[in-house]
Amino acid sequence: MIEVLHPGIYCSIQDQGRFGYAKMGVPQAGYADSYAAKMANALLKNHEKDALIEITFGQGKFKFKSDTYICLTGGDFSPKLNGKLIKMQSVYPIKKDSVLSFGKRVYGARVYLSVQGGIQTEKVYGSRSYFEGITQQKLVKGAMLPILPIQKDTDNSFSRVRASEKHFTTIYLPCLKGPEFSKLNNEQQRKLLTPFSISDHNNRVGYRLKESLENNISSILTSPVLPGTVQLTPSGKCIILMQDCQVTGGYPRILQLSEIAIARISQKITGDKIQFILEDHS
Amino acid sequence: MKFQLTYKLFGRSAILIEWPANISQEIIQDIISFERKIKEIDSILDTIIAYNSLLIRYQNPITTNEIIISQLKKIYEASSYLIKQDQFLWHIPVCYDVSFGIDLEEIANKKKCSVADIIRLHTETDYLVYFIGFQPGFLYLGGLHQNLHIPRKSNPRVRVDMGSVGIGGSQTGVYPQDSSGGWNIIGKSPLNFFDINASESCFAKPGDRIQFIAVDIHSFYQIEREVINQEFIIKKRLL
Repeated sequence: MIEVLHPGIYCSIQDQGRFGYAKMGVPQAGYADSYAAKMANALLKNHEKDALIEITFGQGKFKFKSDTYICLTGGDFSPKLNGKLIKMQSVYPIKKDSVLSFGKRVYGARVYLSVQGGIQTEKVYGSRSYFEGITQQKLVKGAMLPILPIQKDTDNSFSRVRASEKHFTTIYLPCLKGPEFSKLNNEQQRKLLTPFSISDHNNRVGYRLKESLENNISSILTSPVLPGTVQLTPSGKCIILMQDCQVTGGYPRILQLSEIAIARISQKITGDKIQFILEDHS
Repeated sequence: MKFQLTYKLFGRSAILIEWPANISQEIIQDIISFERKIKEIDSILDTIIAYNSLLIRYQNPITTNEIIISQLKKIYEASSYLIKQDQFLWHIPVCYDVSFGIDLEEIANKKKCSVADIIRLHTETDYLVYFIGFQPGFLYLGGLHQNLHIPRKSNPRVRVDMGSVGIGGSQTGVYPQDSSGGWNIIGKSPLNFFDINASESCFAKPGDRIQFIAVDIHSFYQIEREVINQEFIIKKRLL
C-alpha cells in the first residue's frame, strides 16, 4: 500500500486512458505526458499500460507501507526520500515506512511516480485513470493505494536515463490541420503559427492561451473532439483540449496536436511560450 | 437514404466522416447505422457520434489513408441492408415541483404563460436522443417545442444537482451528475442517467426516444428510494 499523506495541489492515478466508451460521453482521461509516463514504467520494467500517480506541481507527500521499487519522471520538483534528495529517471528500492516528498520546482509541471507492477486500484471500463463519476479512488489525505508485493527475484540492474531536455524547454508543438482550419483566412493562419503564451486557465481538461486571434468563423454543430484538439472560441481565444476533455464540442477545431505536443504542453505552466508547428499528413 | 459524405483525417490516427450540417432524424439514423456496420473492424479503438459526424479512432497511426477511406466508402455505399438495433421509447419520471424547477416561475413570467403550460409543453411530446456527450450520460435531445426555447442564463450556476432537467436555447436535457451549468432548471428526475455499477451504465442510446412523465413530489421520493435500492425498472416501449 501507499498512503497519501498529503495530495498537494492535485494528483491522480493515470494509465493510458479509457477507450471504447466515448459514445456514452466517457472521456479518454489518462496520463497527460505520455513521454514521461511511459519512461517511468519502462525504467521499472513495468508494462506500458501500468497505472502511476500523476502529481501536478509536485507538492504531494506519500508513505510506502510495504517494500517496493519506485521511479520518478516528468517535472523535477526536488524529490526527497526520507528527507534526502533523490534523482529523477532513476530506480530506487523502497523500505517500508519510507516517505516521499518534494521541494522546489526545477522544471516542468507534472511528476510521474511509478511503482513496481503499477498501482492496483480498481479498473473501470478497462482503465484505472481517475475521472469523477467513473472511478472511486480520489487521492485525498489518508487514501490507501494498493500495490503489488515486491518482486526481488528479477534482475535488479535497473537502468537510469537522461530525460530529453528539449521535452521541457522547447516551445514547438507539432500539429496537423484541424477539420475547420481551412475556414481561417490567410492572416488568421499566419497569426496562428506565431508564438502564444499560456494563460492561468490550464489543467487536465484544457489549456487556454492568452493572445486572441480575430475570429469571424461561426460555431459548428456540436462535433467530436479529442485530446490535443485546438478550439477557437467566439472571443478569439484558443483552447488546447487535454486528456480530461469532453468527447464533443461546438467550437471550430482549427488544429490537432501530435501526441508528443500534448506531452510537451502538459509540462508547461502559466506564462510559458508555445508555438504551433504545422506538419503534413503522412 | 444515402448522403454525400466527406472523409477527413483528424490527427494521425482518426478519420472524421461528416454528413450535411443539419440536425435531422434521417442523418442521425444513417450515422448510427454506419457506426454499427464498422463496429467489427479490429483496428478501431473508439468511435464518437455527434449530430452530423462520426469520428473513427484507430489503434495505430494511419499510414494508408486512401485505402482506409476507400474501404469505409465501400462499406457505406454497399450497405443497402440496414443494421437495425432495437430502439426504445423511455418513460422518464420528472418532478416539476417549483422546489426542483427553480426557474419555472421566471420562465412563466417571461413567456407570459402558466407553470402548468410549461409542464404540459415539455411532457406532451417525445424527444430523439441524437448522441451522448458533454458528460458521461448527458443526452443531446431534439424536439423541444418552439415556445420553450429560452436562452441560457447569462451567469451559469456553480452547482446544478444531478438529475436536474433544464432548457438551454433550443435544447432540453438532464444533468447526469452534479455540475456547474447555464441551463434554466424546470424540474428533476430521480433516475440515474449514468450508473457506473449498472450492466448498461447509460440506458439510453443514440436513436432512442425520451418521454418525460410528470410525477408529484411524493412519487419522486418513492422512485428515488427504489432507484437507490436498485428496484426501479424504467418503463420502455420498443419503437
